[in-house]
Amino acid sequence: MTIMRDADYGTPASTSTELVTLTIDGNTVEVPAGTSIMRAAAEVGMSVPKLCATDSLAAFGSCRLCLVEVDGRRGTPASCTTPCEPGMVVHTQSPKIEKLRKGVMELYISDHPLDCLTCPANGDCELQDMAGVVGLRDVRYGYDGANHLDAPTDDSNPYFSFDESKCIACSRCVRACGEVQGTFALTIEGRGFASKVSPGGLDFMNSECVSCGACVQACPTSTLQEKTVIQLGTPTRKVETTCAYCGVGCSFTAEMRGDQVVRMTPSKKGGANEGHSCVKGRFAWGYASHDDRITSPMIREKITDEWRVVSWDEAIEYAANGLKAIQAKYGVNSIGGITSSRCTNEEVYVVQKMIRAAFGNNNVDTCARVCHSPTGYGLSTTFGTSAGTQDFKSIGKTDVIMVIGANPTEAHPVFGSRMKRRLRQGAHLIVVDPRRIDLVKSAHVEADYHLQLQPGTNVAIINALAHVIAVEGLYDQAFIDERCDTESFAEWLEFIKRPENGPEAMSIPTGVPADDIRAAARLFATETNGAIYYGLGVTEHSQGSTMVMGMANLAMLTGNIGREGVGINPLRGQNNVQGACDMGSFPHEFSGYRHVTDDTVRGQFEAMWGTKLQSQPGLRIPNMFDAALVGEFRGIYVQGEDIAQSDPNTRHVKAALGSMDLVIVQDLFLNETAAFAHVFLPGTSFLEKNGTFTNAERRINRVRPVMTSRTGKSEWEVTCALATAVGYPMHYDHSSQIMDEIAAMTPTFAGVSFAKLDAVGSLQWPCNAANPEGTPIMHKAAFVRGKGRFMETGVVPTDERSTRKFPLLLTTGRVLSQYNVGAQTRRTANIEWHGEDMLEIHEADAELRGITDGSWVELASRVGATTMRARISDRVPPGVVYTTFHFPLSGANVVTTDYSDWATNCPEYKVTAVEIRPTLTAGGLASAEDLGLKPHSTDYRANAIATLVRMANQIASNNESKGLAPAIIAVERHIGLFWSNGMKADLIEHAASGVGDLAPAVLGALGTLVVDSAMDDIEA
Amino acid sequence: MTTIYVPRDSAARSVGADDVAVAIAREAAVRGADVTLIRNGSRGLLWLEPLVEVVTESGRVGYGPVTESDVAGLFDAGFLAGSDHPLSVGIVEEIAWLKDQQRVTFSRVGIVDPLSLNDYEAHGGLVGLRRALEIGGDAVVEEVLASGLRGRGGAGFPAGIKWRTVRGAQSDQKYVCCNADEGDSGTFADRMLMEGDPFTLIEGMVIAGITTGATQGFIYSRSEYPDANDTMREALEIAYLNGLLGNGVLGSEHAFDLSLRVGAGAYICGEETAMLESLEGLRGMVRPKPPIPALEGLFGMPTLVNNVMTLASVPGILVDGSAAYQALGSERSRGTQVFQLAGNIAQGGIVEIPFGITLSELVNTYGGGTRSGRPVRAVQVGGPLGAYFPADKLDVSLDYEAMLAAGGMVGHGGVVVFDESVDMSLQARFAMEFCAKESCGKCTPCRIGAVRGVETIDKIREGVDRPGNLVLLNDLCDLMTDGSLCAMGGLTPMPVQSALRHFPEDFQR
Repeated sequence: MTIMRDADYGTPASTSTELVTLTIDGNTVEVPAGTSIMRAAAEVGMSVPKLCATDSLAAFGSCRLCLVEVDGRRGTPASCTTPCEPGMVVHTQSPKIEKLRKGVMELYISDHPLDCLTCPANGDCELQDMAGVVGLRDVRYGYDGANHLDAPTDDSNPYFSFDESKCIACSRCVRACGEVQGTFALTIEGRGFASKVSPGGLDFMNSECVSCGACVQACPTSTLQEKTVIQLGTPTRKVETTCAYCGVGCSFTAEMRGDQVVRMTPSKKGGANEGHSCVKGRFAWGYASHDDRITSPMIREKITDEWRVVSWDEAIEYAANGLKAIQAKYGVNSIGGITSSRCTNEEVYVVQKMIRAAFGNNNVDTCARVCHSPTGYGLSTTFGTSAGTQDFKSIGKTDVIMVIGANPTEAHPVFGSRMKRRLRQGAHLIVVDPRRIDLVKSAHVEADYHLQLQPGTNVAIINALAHVIAVEGLYDQAFIDERCDTESFAEWLEFIKRPENGPEAMSIPTGVPADDIRAAARLFATETNGAIYYGLGVTEHSQGSTMVMGMANLAMLTGNIGREGVGINPLRGQNNVQGACDMGSFPHEFSGYRHVTDDTVRGQFEAMWGTKLQSQPGLRIPNMFDAALVGEFRGIYVQGEDIAQSDPNTRHVKAALGSMDLVIVQDLFLNETAAFAHVFLPGTSFLEKNGTFTNAERRINRVRPVMTSRTGKSEWEVTCALATAVGYPMHYDHSSQIMDEIAAMTPTFAGVSFAKLDAVGSLQWPCNAANPEGTPIMHKAAFVRGKGRFMETGVVPTDERSTRKFPLLLTTGRVLSQYNVGAQTRRTANIEWHGEDMLEIHEADAELRGITDGSWVELASRVGATTMRARISDRVPPGVVYTTFHFPLSGANVVTTDYSDWATNCPEYKVTAVEIRPTLTAGGLASAEDLGLKPHSTDYRANAIATLVRMANQIASNNESKGLAPAIIAVERHIGLFWSNGMKADLIEHAASGVGDLAPAVLGALGTLVVDSAMDDIEA
Repeated sequence: MTTIYVPRDSAARSVGADDVAVAIAREAAVRGADVTLIRNGSRGLLWLEPLVEVVTESGRVGYGPVTESDVAGLFDAGFLAGSDHPLSVGIVEEIAWLKDQQRVTFSRVGIVDPLSLNDYEAHGGLVGLRRALEIGGDAVVEEVLASGLRGRGGAGFPAGIKWRTVRGAQSDQKYVCCNADEGDSGTFADRMLMEGDPFTLIEGMVIAGITTGATQGFIYSRSEYPDANDTMREALEIAYLNGLLGNGVLGSEHAFDLSLRVGAGAYICGEETAMLESLEGLRGMVRPKPPIPALEGLFGMPTLVNNVMTLASVPGILVDGSAAYQALGSERSRGTQVFQLAGNIAQGGIVEIPFGITLSELVNTYGGGTRSGRPVRAVQVGGPLGAYFPADKLDVSLDYEAMLAAGGMVGHGGVVVFDESVDMSLQARFAMEFCAKESCGKCTPCRIGAVRGVETIDKIREGVDRPGNLVLLNDLCDLMTDGSLCAMGGLTPMPVQSALRHFPEDFQR
């Protein structure tokens, strides 16, 4: 028995609102105009035989199985390519048609291996099905004629094989590669009987194929077949779940045999992906059963000791005792934890609950700190909500797309394909990126403008764009009058119109010609629907939050908010960044982005959780490190995040981890952070989890367990056990109860439950009484905050600039086949595409330094150095180098600095001044000393304070144009809302020392700051 | 001074026209004769090529077929004055073969210097375009409709309806595409017109452009036609230089750009949708219809696709008026058809004549029977996918409806003659083989069916289960006819089944 396939209507649904009525086999059918006869027939259950048609692809009309008869029409038109017309009378069955269909199948089978019983697609083959449907009983041509039975099999791709002998030349794979994926790697080679599918005349691995699986998904036979199916056999049951890679959040069907995954296939019902996938989600799930996986708890006294496998009880007790001991000795605020964007909403929620309620402090942060925290800050300041405004589908109505600091075809491939589809339909494209990403020019896609700016000059370019629109009067006055805070607009307009924000002035720091800026601005302002999509190239800067507000300004200015086709859209890096943020993972806010200082909200949580909660923000991740280095922060619970590899300035992170008394790591693998851990709590892969992920479009998707937990426990159970052992009893019978609590405590989640999600598939928050079916598009009638607020976005250049010693600027990113720190993807065959991090360098810079393509280089910044191989590339301009951070061996974050966003501490990963030199040494991390560089300062407190000074001064600088009094208020407000008591106290102490490096507004603000340390006394 | 015409047509060149032209020039120089040598198109009397014409007071006197070695003798005989010679055919226009034709589309071919716009205008060129500019698009559409002109590429769709559809389509960009991928065996009318009177095609396309609202045109020709392509390119350059193309066509407000594209040798690219794919830079694969190209054609825009003969007929229709054209022909087949006589035929070439002539007249009267002198056994009409007619059924009237009724088609007007030595089972096999070789490979009946067709005919010829395989062959033919995506697979059974029907004995040997 094979598993049931999803219904396939043969051709895509028509979007027409006009209806036509026709008769099919005596049934009256009403369908949208433009619907094919095939689809209309399928909708009334009269499915017509087909092979070349599938509803993810435009009708093709090649197999000729779907022929029908239409009264009054000559011949036998193909039902896939013939649109319904009013009054049509269609017959899907007649003796003539039956004979034709049988004739077609007779031809197919005359050139097909007769090995059904041993074929991997046996029972899951459309060709086999159709032979049955048409009643083929005999192939009168015999089997001795010309055939393709000896055609070779291409096994080069690690995940699927291409057995040409089984190909029926229906072109579904070729069309899927073009229409669905947009890569156009496949073609039909030769013609007539010699027609064959070809990856551009090469094998799959050496072709342009990106292994997205669209071709495999589209193949009606076993020609393109997953190797797991060939090895294991046909799946027998299936479970709908959600991919755990990027923030696109694709829905997948886990096709199982017992407790074993046979394959993951993209689900057509998935709101985010609608049946498409990428190489990671589709194929790279094998890490879940990799030998490196740790499935038993382990502890050790010292990090130099061997790990000791222990029972769950012993591990929990050991961890709890350690935490309690630290708090007893160093105070309630000496411990904390980090939640993971890789985990479910439910798992994250219980961790932050444990920290707030059981640890008794707000020292909880999440890995979004290092990626999209500026998104939360910027969008909530301007619009009132910490999330993107659109659903993914919205891009189908966009006329001009602006992509800033994002590389969707590599990092968000399934959305990238959706974007490319819209671009092929004729939407305009503006790319703002220091690097020539694929979208700038690839098959059938070309950007109108590529504003190739210098790293670190985002705000300059966004201001210049807005300046042009403001000065030329291209803005949407009606939208602004109706929807925005006109006072803030008037102030902002005066600000943005200043010549210093103009394209000529800004072309100097950005390096982008003023004419290009002007033209791009005009294009964005004059097209009907303009949408901005951005990634970490926006947020991971010292002015990340400023840039997010700059984009929000631009969207409001052009009236591009509140309907389909427009909006500001963060492309989230990890599967549940949005959810982890929503769940109250930040030190200053509870779930649903409600501030801890809000007495009403805090009172609700105190009532629900039955304990007193702190009213001041806790430590952010970098503050935890700084505090650890001076001995104030001693214990940490790290849920599924490899901070020792992913966070900037690895040396600093490792020193901080090494100085702690108790590091508890909950993860699948012994990652880089686990090297510093005393307790290892084995985690569960997404295949074992039962919960929800929230993707970049605020879509809450169900994650269902397809196999039993390899550790014997759910992660949330472990967290609850630890909280209980620490002294705060926490218990849920089922993860759905956690969601029920989230819904009860979080207004935007009020209408969410597992039952509802299981019924409707997915929900986009806010989902509550006002929006019971969720909210695909936000700010439709009004902004969440009421009136949209324009924020002045003065350019404050980063302190990280190229110098004589470090003349190049390094920027970092992701490649398609690998994912973040690579913990998962490195443990799959994806390493065949990308087995090491390479340094992209322009030929001019390479030549100057005697570097050749593929040679080893040392990459050094002022904080550290590493070695990797060089790749000469014209994707980067001279002066800019680029690498990825997927491999611990090369450890790109060894060189990134601890500079960060002024508002959120999001690290400035995207700008690091570096020098490159050739080396003969292969691989591995070199120390700064080895390279003769100045060692990293060990004066940790001085470093931590320098960071605070830099952040405070920048807040002042952002506001200084308004005058001293408003700037003081702004600094005071920001520090009050987001800084922990310790940070405030440190800065006050520093100010008192009279060094004189603080801006007047900061000094003014410090005079009025109240450090509320009363809460420190609450017992954990 | 004497004007001498030696054709530049590739059919004439293939039998030595270039050598003859050089010899004449040399001989004239040696003898001090004052001659102007013009390389004209071919008159279409191919058995007389190279046909040298000398302009005399009584008209253009022809000599042919002339070889290089005949030239001195011609001079000796005083051919510059039109004197008699064994090769003389007299006044060319008076040759009954030519005189009895009604040349409308081919009215200037062979007469004018193909690359002289002055000569073109002197022979009535550009009058149609000027009239089109004067009467406006709606009126032009009415004229084309009223003329009864049908698509000469083979399908015979009323041209005026297509023109009206494209004209009515709303779009920022429309195209006119001329299908000059003349791939049918035994056809050469498109080529001869492009080589002999390219401005007529250009004028027809400009009229189509300004009428439908298309501002860009493409001529899709084939790499096998190097001479025609060279001539077209030169003609296009001349047309641009003289304001016939580009902005402000003939000083009007209309703009029309036209360029030549050359296919790479696939027969299927003569199918209009495969041609559009090829023009877009894609593989020549057939597209399903609907959408029809008139609404969604080249690059998805409304596109008028017509054959060379169709477009080249339009200027003449506008000059003489639709009524004059409509007056010609029979039934619903109006105007003239440019028939091309080829194969085993004594007098091959171009016969442009109103619809309604019988096949017998064409083959026996014009063609003069077979070249071999043996009796005619079969005649294939309409290219390699057309039906075979046996010698006793040549009285069929050559018009769209009568041919259809007789199980055949006019197609592009190619007529190929076979004598009694032909084995019709091999001809049937050839049809399948041709389809197998030229199929784009998209649809199953054509891609696999043609190969199985060859194999099945081989079995029949070898005597393997003849009754069973004949049933199978007929089933396959029905499947290909009804099930194929385009006319390529759909028409391949026509020659096969006509051979089976009329020559069953050849399958039982």
